[in-house]
Amino acid sequence: MTAAALVERDFAVPDIRCASCIAKLEQGLVRDRRIAAARVNFTEKRVHLSCIPGAEVPDLIGAFTNLGFEAHPIGTGPEEAGRAAETSRDLLRAVAVAGFAMMNIMLLSVSVWSGATGATRDLFHWLSALIALPTVAYAGRPFFRSAWRALRHGRTNMDVPISIGVLLVSVMSLYETMTHGAHAYFDGAVMLLFFLLCGRWLDSVMRDRARGGVTALLRNMGTGAMVVDGDGRTRWADATALEPGMVMLVAAGERLAADGLVIGGATRLDLSLLTGESAPRDVHADDPVHAGTLNLDAPLRVRVTAAGADTAIADIARLMGEAAQGKSRYVRIADRAARLYAPAVHCLALAAFAGWMIAGAGWHHSLLIAAAVLIITCPCALGLAVPAAQIVAAGELMRKGVLIKDGSALERLAEVDLALLDKTGTLTLGRPEALDLDGLDDGKKSLVLALAQASRHPLSEALTRGLQCANILPAAVTGIRETPGFGVEAQWADRVVTLGRPQGGEKGDALATELAVDGKPLASIRFADQLRPDARAVTAALRTEGIDAMILSGDRADAVAPVARELGLTAQTGMSPQDKLAAIERQEAAGHKVLMLGDGLNDGPALAAGHASMAPGSASDVGKNAADCIFLGDRLMPVVETIRMARRTQAIVKQNFLLAVGYNVIAVPLAFLGLVTPLVAAIAMSGSSLIVVGNALRLKRAPG
Amino acid sequence: MNGLAFLIPIALGLGLLGLGAFFWSLRQGQFEDLDGAALRIFVEDEEEPS
Repeated sequence: MTAAALVERDFAVPDIRCASCIAKLEQGLVRDRRIAAARVNFTEKRVHLSCIPGAEVPDLIGAFTNLGFEAHPIGTGPEEAGRAAETSRDLLRAVAVAGFAMMNIMLLSVSVWSGATGATRDLFHWLSALIALPTVAYAGRPFFRSAWRALRHGRTNMDVPISIGVLLVSVMSLYETMTHGAHAYFDGAVMLLFFLLCGRWLDSVMRDRARGGVTALLRNMGTGAMVVDGDGRTRWADATALEPGMVMLVAAGERLAADGLVIGGATRLDLSLLTGESAPRDVHADDPVHAGTLNLDAPLRVRVTAAGADTAIADIARLMGEAAQGKSRYVRIADRAARLYAPAVHCLALAAFAGWMIAGAGWHHSLLIAAAVLIITCPCALGLAVPAAQIVAAGELMRKGVLIKDGSALERLAEVDLALLDKTGTLTLGRPEALDLDGLDDGKKSLVLALAQASRHPLSEALTRGLQCANILPAAVTGIRETPGFGVEAQWADRVVTLGRPQGGEKGDALATELAVDGKPLASIRFADQLRPDARAVTAALRTEGIDAMILSGDRADAVAPVARELGLTAQTGMSPQDKLAAIERQEAAGHKVLMLGDGLNDGPALAAGHASMAPGSASDVGKNAADCIFLGDRLMPVVETIRMARRTQAIVKQNFLLAVGYNVIAVPLAFLGLVTPLVAAIAMSGSSLIVVGNALRLKRAPG
Repeated sequence: MNGLAFLIPIALGLGLLGLGAFFWSLRQGQFEDLDGAALRIFVEDEEEPS
């Protein structure tokens, strides 16, 4: 087989935990004759497969299942992710070049500082120039570009003083070199670039890592559906390949991959990701259905009406676009500092130049001192202060299962004083849990487990989960058969046992299932969406942090009331996405900084509009994309831990700023007096950077 | 001064060599999966049943 004929596919496999998983996957997968090569990326918990063109996604997932791993296909993905990784790599290259140049120039500079004179000093200066000038041209590009962009729009940011400083210092040093001067600041200029690039790179790595985590979580991305062709044959199609007019078959327990109209079958759909409503909805032929909803009961034939990017209800997409604009107006703390800092630095340098000119020092000497002032005040520590603290915090949070999308999210999280919580899927687990399992005796439990194990139905899975936790062993049954829309049936000794829809119908909206032997009902088990185990503790912890909480739910009042009572929170119910958005705007107008917690598609606009937002890992793709950070697992406590960590990070960042200002208070007068030689500049710069990074590392320690 | 004529090019050359090696390994994707690389030492090569 030629290499060109192979198809490359990526799968997210969240359960890769150890070396033997790598071995099992890589060696086990290639035994499947459809798979030519498998490569595990442990860091990103992904597996890259090269497979023959005929291999369908369900077959490949089956190959993972055979080895005992759960795999989710990842689409080839938007180009965006690739480009982001490319920026990181570009920055890393620039860091490497600046680091190389810095070390070599420092080597030459140390000789100059230790007393080289005359021709040797000139030679060393020339060599330094030879290394420094191309380095500045290459490694300085990110700063020059950003500074130019800011200046063109009549604004100024941190990069403006950096660019002016580096350029001025390089030109002055070149002039010094040509006129056999004693001091060249090439080492200073390159060292500055190196430290700043480190900060930039850390920032970008942090964003990449979070984005990688989020991509792995986007369950619906790259999924697909079984499509029925014109001649009645079925084949698997990726979600991206679905087109309006196609007919897809959706089995019970599957999520819909596209919007459409039901053309065959009747079932109940779980809309909780879409609307926050906890009760399932009946659908029949000719009902419109939406992507992301979960088919609960029976197989469904759906004619696709909208696929891919069009699926998210247009209204919600529009609202999200509008809501996100508010957030883009947020100015990061480093840029806010730069607004004050940049003009101050420029004024100082100008004052130094003017002062020495008036004192009659000549333009050359005055310019040299102005350059020294610029290089010493350059926000080297500032450029490192924020990203260093934020990446340490993000790393700590990631260990606790919280993914932070970028540094500005941490800054915004630290400021929130009001939490608005969605109910379904956020305060609750967002999946049915069996309520009265304890009422069954062990014999019934083992029968239920034996039957539930055989089915992929969401209720069966909930039963399996619940019973396995209780260490129940399944009863020995034979001839298990699942009837879609009805339940599971099997032979137990010489009797027929069934687990399925209650015969007398369900009472109210509650989901329920019934265990029957020989057609006689033995026990019925009700299901409900349970509160997260630590929801109460979290609302109390939020209060001690000075954050009020309120429930905003799209669900009916009588479904929300018990939760609100249990948690002692006020609640607004029956809210549409617009209502949630309006509620947030009202609170923001009243001066609150709102933290929005939500998971559904209906929370998307609110998540985008909140000052900061968080979503659970089980959230809809829209929710995960709109939120600033995502917490994994069933516990809600990470929300509070994240806020605490964000506040500590912000405190460290402010300390770092103070350190940087303190350092300037000492160093600037020296520069003004013309006492800053390249040696002093080098020591001051690296010293302040080390202090700032060291301070940031304090975040790694357990919260005291 | 003569010593410098050798030593400086050697110093720079070694530095460039390091930089080149880093760029090479970056392009080879050796930094793509750092945690996995640490674990792969435990993976035994599968013996081909011949």
